[in-house]
Amino acid sequence: MILDIVCIIFVLGGLLFFTGGSVGIIRLPDFYTRMHPAGKLDSMGSLMVIIGLFVYIMETPNLLNALTGLKIVLIAVFMYLSSPTATHCIVDAAMRSGLKPWEK
Amino acid sequence: MMWDFFLYCSIYLSLIMLLPMYRVVFGPTVFDRLMGVNAIGSKTVVLLLLIGFIYERPDMFVDIALAYALLNFIAVIATSRYFYKRRRL
Repeated sequence: MILDIVCIIFVLGGLLFFTGGSVGIIRLPDFYTRMHPAGKLDSMGSLMVIIGLFVYIMETPNLLNALTGLKIVLIAVFMYLSSPTATHCIVDAAMRSGLKPWEK
Repeated sequence: MMWDFFLYCSIYLSLIMLLPMYRVVFGPTVFDRLMGVNAIGSKTVVLLLLIGFIYERPDMFVDIALAYALLNFIAVIATSRYFYKRRRL
């Protein structure tokens, strides 16, 4: 029961981070400033939701649930390797193709 | 109780995906569209995990989510290499 509450808190926190990232993508003025919420808040939201689901699946510990939880943690590790790489790659392509930063 | 919670979280996450979809459709440059696709893909991985908990088969949907994360990463890298050093987009 207490683990259910921990799971709910983590998943709701992750959804809050996802909301912030999506609103930032809509409302910021420039490509480079829009890259900031798209790069960071998605990583944090994914990590918090995945921690919540890991806590939920490890409530009944047996071998199948342990293997599934290990794969869920591996998704988080892969997302933390791939998301900064993808962000850097998009910004690098934009800089080299001559997109000017926003000036007021 | 937890089944309802996962269902409502999935519905909310699907509605949140409409905001980067606006940027994909009306983005001023190609890179805005690429960034929106990347944001939608990283939300879709989490949505697939939640769908696995709704159907009570998380052992199957975790594999699908892992494959989708790999595919999203490769697609974004390949597309941004394609637009590398290409002037006047």
